[in-house]
This record gives sequence, structure tokens and C-alpha cells, in this order.
Amino acid sequence: MDILTLFVVIPVLTIAAILFLKETRQVRVVSAFGMGLQLLMAGVLVYLYLAARHAGNTDEMLFMKDYVWYKSLNIHYTIGVDGISVAMIALTSIVVFAGIFASWELDFLKKEFFISLILLATGVFGFFISLDLFTMFLFYELAVIPMFLLIGIWGSGPKEYSAMKLTLMLMGGSALLLVGLLGIYFNSAPSGGQNTFNILEISKVVIPLPAQRIFFPLTFVGFGVLGALFPFHTWSPDGHASAPTAVSMLHAGVLMKLGGYGAFRVAIFLMPEAAHELSWIFIILTSISVIYGAFGAIAQKDLKYINAYSSVSHCGLVLFAVLMMNKTAMNGAILQMISHGLMTALFFALIGMLYGRTHTRMINQMGGLMKIIPFLSVAYVLAGLASLGLPGLSGFVAEMTIFVGAFQHHETFYRVVTIIAVSSIVITAVYILRVIAILLLGPTTNKHYELLTDAKWYEKISVVSLIGSVAAIGLAPLWLSSMIGTSLQPIVDRIFAITPF
Amino acid sequence: MSSGTFLIMRHELLLTIAALLVLMAEIFVDPKKKRGISTFAVILLGLITAAGFIPSPEGVLFGGMYISTGTRLLMKNIINIGALLVFIQSVTWINKEENSEKVSEYFILIITTLIGMNFMISAGHFLMFYIGIELATIPIAALAAYERYKNKSAEAGIKLILSSALSSGILLYGLSMIYGTTGSLYFDQVAHNFTNSNLQILGFIFFFAGMAFKISIVPFHLWTADVYEGAPVNITSYLSVVSKGAAVFIFIIILYTVFPVIITTWQKTIYVTSVLTMTIGNLFAIRQKNLKRFLAFSSISQAGYILLGFIGGNELGMAAVIYYVLVYIFSNLGAFGVVAAVSNATGKENMDDYNGLYHTNPGLSLIMTLALFSLAGIPPVAGFFGKFFLFTAAAQQGFYLLVLIAVLNTIISLYYYLLVVRAMFINKSEAPIEKFKSDFPTRLALGICVAGIFVTGFASLLFEVIRNLSYGV
Repeated sequence: MDILTLFVVIPVLTIAAILFLKETRQVRVVSAFGMGLQLLMAGVLVYLYLAARHAGNTDEMLFMKDYVWYKSLNIHYTIGVDGISVAMIALTSIVVFAGIFASWELDFLKKEFFISLILLATGVFGFFISLDLFTMFLFYELAVIPMFLLIGIWGSGPKEYSAMKLTLMLMGGSALLLVGLLGIYFNSAPSGGQNTFNILEISKVVIPLPAQRIFFPLTFVGFGVLGALFPFHTWSPDGHASAPTAVSMLHAGVLMKLGGYGAFRVAIFLMPEAAHELSWIFIILTSISVIYGAFGAIAQKDLKYINAYSSVSHCGLVLFAVLMMNKTAMNGAILQMISHGLMTALFFALIGMLYGRTHTRMINQMGGLMKIIPFLSVAYVLAGLASLGLPGLSGFVAEMTIFVGAFQHHETFYRVVTIIAVSSIVITAVYILRVIAILLLGPTTNKHYELLTDAKWYEKISVVSLIGSVAAIGLAPLWLSSMIGTSLQPIVDRIFAITPF
Repeated sequence: MSSGTFLIMRHELLLTIAALLVLMAEIFVDPKKKRGISTFAVILLGLITAAGFIPSPEGVLFGGMYISTGTRLLMKNIINIGALLVFIQSVTWINKEENSEKVSEYFILIITTLIGMNFMISAGHFLMFYIGIELATIPIAALAAYERYKNKSAEAGIKLILSSALSSGILLYGLSMIYGTTGSLYFDQVAHNFTNSNLQILGFIFFFAGMAFKISIVPFHLWTADVYEGAPVNITSYLSVVSKGAAVFIFIIILYTVFPVIITTWQKTIYVTSVLTMTIGNLFAIRQKNLKRFLAFSSISQAGYILLGFIGGNELGMAAVIYYVLVYIFSNLGAFGVVAAVSNATGKENMDDYNGLYHTNPGLSLIMTLALFSLAGIPPVAGFFGKFFLFTAAAQQGFYLLVLIAVLNTIISLYYYLLVVRAMFINKSEAPIEKFKSDFPTRLALGICVAGIFVTGFASLLFEVIRNLSYGV
């Protein structure tokens, strides 16, 4: 068995192992073991990938395997990774690992919770290794559907409403996507021959422009729904606010990245002509996402809502950068996906831990927590600083790269939207610092809070693994961005061949 | 008649023998041991289903009235598998005290309809087709009224017989026009003499309407919900899966072989009816509280999706339709199997009764969820693959807008399927359905359904076999 398939097999085996467990206490240990193994595998994969590149392997995709699945329709199970997918896999395994520890003390239906969570992770891992549009779509839907139960059963607040809204909106996105993918498939052999779902093969042909004009918007919006593209972002605040901690972490941290990754890898890579032609519409929409999300976060009082709107803003930035269609901005987009994934997972983990202690998520009911629970508070400050783009943490590297890339365009339109998008940094600083000030500093508003205890060992594992990653990217961004950059080169070359700026 | 003839039409002959054997068993078996008949019938049908897979030559019998090809054999086998599952599922119910008087009637009638369906699928002549379709319909009306002491069951029976009589009338009227203008009822000669005159188109429309009744396509669906609700659960599942599947099979064969000349005409007809069927079926399903009615409307919308495989007139479409019916058999019978199990144990059939079912009966809830996800087309279960192929077949001919409407409809359907999932997993209940243990036949049938739901999707071999047998216009 090849190393990439293991990323799907390990979660499936973990699920199978959990199914046979009688004792519910063992469930979390087995889950942690399985996902720890997955994290280890991700480390090995990064190492193998870098070693192969170092040895001079310049293939576009490494570790490729190809198995025919449905022969008559030319559907394959094709897998392979480049620097971008390796980075996304590493991100996913860190967040899932942290998510398992963040839900260590779940009180009911443990078995079902961990099974659904790991099933979701299976879908995400499968999505990132797929090079075949069919399997990619299959894994995409597989990742979305467990959300319904995860939010519906273990959520809080108006959980049934949120679960239904989220599931239906995301599935609506995948409906558009399905039509888009079928359109790509039937135009994948314009000069005759067999149609294919293989991304690499499709990227070698030029899909006829009239077809691109129809299927690019469908595909982009289809992925965009998951990437919180305005006006299809409304599932995100409700969904994140109602979801249990680990699910918010995984969803904002990883699942929303499926949208950005897909928009980039499928919509823009395979249909660059239409992307270039129509990008202005989506650039406007994503700029609205960026600004609107940030303002939305200012207006909220619930910590989870604040972070959910902040995710809309940050993920909007990912799509914004991808649409800029040059190497620097795209590099920034990938960095932003990883940075935001880690940071927002950290945020949601901390919010969950605070909520578990104070039993409220309203910022005006809390105060002065820094003195009482310093570990969690400091972690919260670090997450906030990463979010507002402080140098030395991952957010800065990502956003800096994006804006530099976006500003490289000479047209006024691009420069104006870039300036507008940049202003979101200021707004972000407003809501982050305001929350920190109210929440952590100042006098303790509630004397019950003085009895609160700081993070337990499993919470520390979760938090430290995330903070460590955020800081590592912030302090040494070059190895990551060069890994991404090398893999971006063929994609950028293809775009430049058609639309030289 | 040579021995080869027997091999060619073994489905029909064996089923006739089975019906006679069950009849004799009714006469000779001691009244106290009547329950043994159900096991006997299940085993008989199991053997016949297995015998269906013996390879046999293709052939044309009775001067072209009866045609047996690889595709049609496959269709018959699929129908038999569905019927076998229904048989296994109904053992528990039929062995109940109040039904002990009429065990063999149930099996004789249902085997008779199966004979009709098999003849229908093998038809090469409209007369044979008509006889088959009547033989497949009329006994079901008797079965729908099986629990005649219940008002609703009796009502279902009379509704089914009246509406099917009407639809048969319309169908025959259309056939008479086709006969009048082409001078023949043989499929190949009708196709050959078809000139696309107005009267012929009118005849075709009447034929289409008649078939639309059988498959319950909007606007000819009005009988469906009432009949499905009133009939015993097992008859409902038989109607919605096997009966509908057989009608779909012969419909696509006739469209592809008899009416290829007017493909643009029936593509328009199917376009409109398919959109209506999906949308109306789905919208009505949202409001249903009784699970049998709920599944009735869901099965109406499923017929709309199946029409997407028809519309392209390509062999991918036929393959997708056959494959989808197979998938649909496992999925829908899985869902009906759970409804039947709960209904047998507690008599409850409403969605509210299912609140909190997961906490008392996790196994049944999981099977129900899998079946509903398969119906909605969620991976990794087979329904996803089935729907994907149907949509691919329509997209191949450029019907992208129709595909978009269909996928948006699957989102609506996902909503109401999730309502059931929500009831079972999320909703709390004061008095949930007690924990109960189903007997062996129920569990066997559900086990087969679950295996089918998983295997038919991942095993691409199955689809490839179907694809190789299919043909286009």
C-alpha cells in the first residue's frame, strides 16, 4: 500500500476499532492514538516529500498512484501530492489531533462523536490527496455530511436549525459543483479522445471558452460556498456558533480550506481563461466577504460568533488572493489557509475551554481572566495577535504576501480592491484587541470566576501543538513558502501562458 | 418447443411452477402448519432467482412476441432480487395470527404479478406487453386490500384498481392509434413504419400517459400516496420498488427500440415531466408525517431522477437506469424494511414516533440512515454512484440545466431525509419506541440491503457488466 492511501486507511481503521470497543473510556485513547499516528505519518510525508524534491525530482505530483475504478467512464482513483497538498495534509493532521484532545471530556455518546469526527477527517484527507475530480467530489461530500450529526447532536444553542442550514447550504454548493465537474468532464477532450476526470490531464488541454464561461462560475461558487464566499457565507456564523468545540476547530480550520483549495486547484487551474475574464465579479464579492466579515465580528458579543465572522473575513482573503492569479498572491493564499487553519482552530479550542469553565461565551459577562487562568489567557492573546497579523506569527507572513501579490497588478481596479481589503487588518485589530481587553484584562466581574482552574494536561497538548505550529510558520516561513512556491510554478506557468500580466 | 426454449423463458416457467406449488401446498398442508408455506415460498423464489443467473442463449420466441436478450435477462434478475427481498421482509408480518388464513394467497398473488412483470420485460409485441402489465397490476390491487378489515387498506385496493384500469384504458387507446397508423403491434415493425404523423404522436402521448401512471410520474401520480399509505407495508415496498422498477425497464426498452424516430419529441416530454416529478414529489414529501406517505412521495421524486437516464437516449443512460433501479431496490427496501420492522413490533408509522429511536434501537436507526442517505445520494453509499451516473448520462447529451435542477432537487430531498435522521438521532422523546429484537427474516433482509447499499457502489464491476449490455437509441 502506498503512503497516501494510508491517510484514508488509518482513519477508517480507527473508526473500525472504535466500533468494536465496549468501554467508552477507551474510545478517546484509541482516537488519539489513531490521529497521533496520522500526525506522525504527515511528518513522514513532509520529510519524504522534501527529500524527493531535494534529490531532484521535479515531477508536478509526487507519490502518484493510479487505479482504474469505473473503466467505461474513465473514473480513476488517482492520488498524488505536491507541496500545496502536503502542507494542507500536515495542517489537517495537526488540527484533527488537537481537536481530539479538545473534546477529551465529552460527556455523552462518545463513540458516535469520535466516529463522526474521524469520518469527517477521512473525507478531508481523501480530498487533499485526490487528483481525480470524481474521487475528489466523493470525499468532499463525505466530509460535509457528518457535520449534520456533529452539530445536531452535540451542539449548543439553536443547534438543529444551524445543523440543517449548514448541511443544506454546503450541499447546495456541492450541487453547483457537480454540474461544474460534469461540464469539465465532457469538455476535457475537445480534440476527440476519451473524456477524463484526471486534473493533470485536463490541465494539459484548453477547455473551450464558451464552456468555461458556464462552468467556471458554477465550480467556483460551488467551492466558494464552503470558502464562505459572500453572499453564501451565512451558514458559517450559525454553524460555527452551534457546533461543539472540536467540530468548530475542524470546520473552520480545515473544512473551509477545502473551498479555497478546490477553487484554486479545480476552478482556476483548469479554467484559467474564464477565471481571468470573470475574476472581477468574484474579486468584488470576496472583498465584500473580507470587509463585511470583519465588521460583522465587531458587532458580535458571542465569542464564537466573533470568531466565525472573523473566519469569513480571513477565508474571503484566501479566495481574494487566489483570484489575483499571480504567484505571490497565490503563495499567500496557501499560507493564509494554513495560518488561518491553525489560528482559528486555536481560537475555537480556547473558546471551548473558556466556555467549559465560565459557562458563557458572552464577552460582556467575563473579565479579568488573565490573573486567574494565565495559561489559557496567554494562549488567547497569542491567537489574537496571530489573527491580526503581528510579525513573528503566521498571520503576518500570509497576509503580507497576499497584499504584496495583489498590489503587483497595475490596473486601478486591482489596486483599489487591494487597498480596501488591506483595511480589514485595522478592523481585525479593533475586534481582537477589544475582546482581549474586555475578556482578559480589567477587574474580575464575577467572583465565582476566581475559583476557575487553568488548563488540564490534555488541553495543554491541544493548545501547545497549535501555538507551536503558528509560531513555527511565523518565525521560519521560508521553508514552507518555498515548498509551496515550487509547486505553484507549473500552475502559474499555465496561467501565464494564457494571461500574461 | 425444444429444451432451449425452456431455458430461454425459464423465469416465467419456473415462476408459474412456483405459483402452482404454493397453491398445492395450500391444499395439502395441515392448517396448523400453514406458516411453513411462507418459508417454502421464500426458498422457492430464492432458487428461481439463483436459476436466473444461469447463462442462457438469447432468443426470440412465438414469432417475435417474446424476446430474450442479455439486457432483459439482467432486468428480470434485478426484479427477482427485489421480489425476493420483499418476500423475506414479509415473513414476519404474514405469519402473524390475523393473517394465518391467507398465507398462500399472498404468495400466489405476488408470484403472479412477478410472472406478469417478467413477460412484460420480455415483450416484443404490444399485446404481450399489455397482458404482462395487466397481470402485474391487477393482483396487486387485491394485495393492497389485503387487510380488508381496515378501511384504509380497502380504500387503497379500490383506488389502485380504478386508477390502473383508467391508465390501462388510456394506454390501450394510444396503442390502438399506433396500430391503426403503423399496421402492426410488433415492436420492430412499429419502429419501422413509424412516420412521425400527428396521429402517431397522439398515440405515443397516450401511451406515455399510461406508462406515467404505472411509474407514478407527475401529473399522473395522484393515486400513489393514498395507495402507499393504505396498503400493508410490504405491499407498499413491493409497489414502490419492484413494480415501479419493472415498469421503468420496459418503458426504457420501448422508448429506445420502438420510438427512436421521435426522440426529440419524447425528450421534451420527459424534460417537463421529469422536472415536475422531482419537484412536486419532493415538495409534497416535506409535509408528510406518516412514513409510508413520506416514502411514497420520496419514491415519486426518485422516478423523476430516473427519467434523467431516459432523456439522453444513450447507452450510458440505459446503464445508469438499470444500475439505479438496482441501487434503489436496496436503498428503498432498506428504508421500508425498518418501517416494517417497527410497524410489526409496535404498530407505529409516524415520524414523531421515531423520536429518540437511536437510543433504544441503534441498529435499526443506522440502517435507516444509510438507506435514506443512499436515496439522497450521499457518498460513500451506492445512491451517490447511481445518481452520479444518471446525471452524467443527461449531461452527456448537454442537458446541463436539467441536471442542475435535479441536483438542486436532491438538496430538497436531503432536507426531508435529514428530518427523519434528526428525529432518530437528535430529537428527544418522552416515550420512545421500546427496545425490541427483530426476528431472523427481518434481520436477514436488512442485512442484504445494507450489504447491497455498500457493495453496489464500490464494486465497479457491476456497473461495467450492466454497461456492456446496454444500448442507446
